[in-house]
Amino acid sequence: MTTFLQQVVNGLSLGSIYAVFAIGCTLIFGVLNIVNLAQGAFFMVGAYLGLEIALLGLPLPLALLVALVGGGVLGMASELLVFRVLRLRGGHKWMGLVASLALARLLVGVAQEVFGTAVHGYPPNPFTAIVWEIGGVRVQLLQVIVVITAVILMGILGFTLQKTSVGRAIRTVAFSEDVARIVGVEVGRTILITFFIAGALAGAAGVLLGLLFNVVSPFMGEHMLVKGLTVMILGGLGNIPGAVAGGFLLGLVEVFSVAYVSSAFRDAIGFGLIFLILLVKPTGLFSGFEERRA
Amino acid sequence: MMHARLTRLLIAATAVSLAAAPAFAADVKLGIVQSTSGGSAALYGTMQKNGAELAAAEINASGKLGDLKLVPVHQDDAGDRGQTVNIFQRLINQDKVTVIFGPTLTTSAFAADPIANAAKVPVIASSNTAPGVPAIGEYIFRTSAPEAAVFPGVLAYAVKRYQPKTAAQIYGIDDVLMKAAYGVHKAALDKAGIKVVATETFQKGDVDYSAQLTKIKAANPDIIVVGGLAEETANIVRQARQLGIPQSTVFLGANAAISTKLNDLAGPAAQGFLVGSGWFIDFDTPANKAFVEAYKAKYGNAPDTFAAQAHAAVTIFADAVKRAGGVSDPAKLRAAIADTKDLQTVLGPFSFDKDREPVLVAKVLELKDGKFQLAQ
Repeated sequence: MTTFLQQVVNGLSLGSIYAVFAIGCTLIFGVLNIVNLAQGAFFMVGAYLGLEIALLGLPLPLALLVALVGGGVLGMASELLVFRVLRLRGGHKWMGLVASLALARLLVGVAQEVFGTAVHGYPPNPFTAIVWEIGGVRVQLLQVIVVITAVILMGILGFTLQKTSVGRAIRTVAFSEDVARIVGVEVGRTILITFFIAGALAGAAGVLLGLLFNVVSPFMGEHMLVKGLTVMILGGLGNIPGAVAGGFLLGLVEVFSVAYVSSAFRDAIGFGLIFLILLVKPTGLFSGFEERRA
Repeated sequence: MMHARLTRLLIAATAVSLAAAPAFAADVKLGIVQSTSGGSAALYGTMQKNGAELAAAEINASGKLGDLKLVPVHQDDAGDRGQTVNIFQRLINQDKVTVIFGPTLTTSAFAADPIANAAKVPVIASSNTAPGVPAIGEYIFRTSAPEAAVFPGVLAYAVKRYQPKTAAQIYGIDDVLMKAAYGVHKAALDKAGIKVVATETFQKGDVDYSAQLTKIKAANPDIIVVGGLAEETANIVRQARQLGIPQSTVFLGANAAISTKLNDLAGPAAQGFLVGSGWFIDFDTPANKAFVEAYKAKYGNAPDTFAAQAHAAVTIFADAVKRAGGVSDPAKLRAAIADTKDLQTVLGPFSFDKDREPVLVAKVLELKDGKFQLAQ
């Protein structure tokens, strides 16, 4: 039983990071019907920005904030320099996919030159050492912080989308760009904000993962991107509650396939399950929420 | 008129051929194929180039080879096996090297070594540790100790000090080197009568090992054997301690885990970590002390295992040249290299076994106070 609960704790902390990252991917899809493959690179840059702040001896919340803003700015830059240009010039949707992949590779290449290819860890911190043992289950303070931060970020996003004028604008653009224009929404600005939010979430997820697992490297975004896309498909494209649920689900599935089957089959089971879900429900697990997307 | 032009042409041609081949009969060209650019391979490559060139300079200065002079010819393959193949061909066909030291990466070795083997040019590698490299052909040797040469020594040490009855294994399943290391570890554990109570795997790019380690914790092994690179191993050790696997459960690692990164990333969690190596910097022999000092003096930084293995490779070659009475007969030279027995090198007494694999005393290292030290 303790082993089971320990695995639940393991799965939830991993899943919360997947969820934060995947929300960003799915938000952009919900609004624009495109996939921004540079999200993984924003995640990586966020982790490095946070690391640099932490290495300066500054507090971790500041590291998270800098990563949020840094990721957000990169997200906006990708819209202004890549996606908007392609849209204005009448480029096919797939061009954005390829162009964002090129942007990702560019950022990874720059990171390799600036930071080197070696893996770096966050400096030791009194908080990171605190571990509680509750009935034989080990819970790190850091895991709690990561999960709570993830939940807060998701809460802020939910509130922004549902209750603020910016959120209403984003939802209107997601519904239809033409309708948005008719009702007087500044579409360009709204899309830019969407890219900022998505990039910020990716950057924040980078710090959370870097903190929890002590691994910051130029290539970390590529693995995360695959997980993020998986969660996005699992939760239903563009479906934010779906991405949250999908993130936690993927984390738990990965952990439990190791725990109760075999670590050698982890990805086979994880992705096999997704395949199965898609066969049964091709629109994703939470497609019932479709009308609520973004 | 015609005649004069022909004469001038002949003179010019002779001059060109003299310029193109400045080698004297007594020069022995050493091809050194090490990556000095191209990502992380350059870390290993530069060390080996330095180690080999230092050894060649020392041997020339000692006059041990009489009027034969070792002339290193370095080529950078940038960690790209396509380039390695081209460089091997150029070194063998144009530069007419007697021997090749390298290449840096195992994948390059599998691509390029067959060319040298066919041309009967001996190759002595000093960083390839994957199984099967010397099996490419009878002209292929290595001084880099494969896992099988060092792990049994580490396990023997752990058995003597901790008397483990059970072990858990965790290894990278998608890495050829680590999968091979797993096999070596398993065989050694079986031979020592230690029961493997849990076997887990991970993949390149994984960062979360908590699910596997929670399973291992539940199996409660006396020791944990990791088949992983330094960065992976460091996080496995760190996460294990966070999950409450006590410090008394000792970790044993693969040779590839030897790196300052292990301590950087794992911190105090890795205290007591055991690993085997063909060499380490404080190895207390006159030959090694002299090597470390000469290396520091020449290059301004401390040598690592790869530099030492490259230094040993050139030492072995020079000794074989002496015993073969020169380099004119490739078969005789090859036999002399293969016959190397208890030769004093910076790695200690060195021999080749019948499969051209290194035979040397494994040094058991323990991570203590942030540094790999000889385990006492």
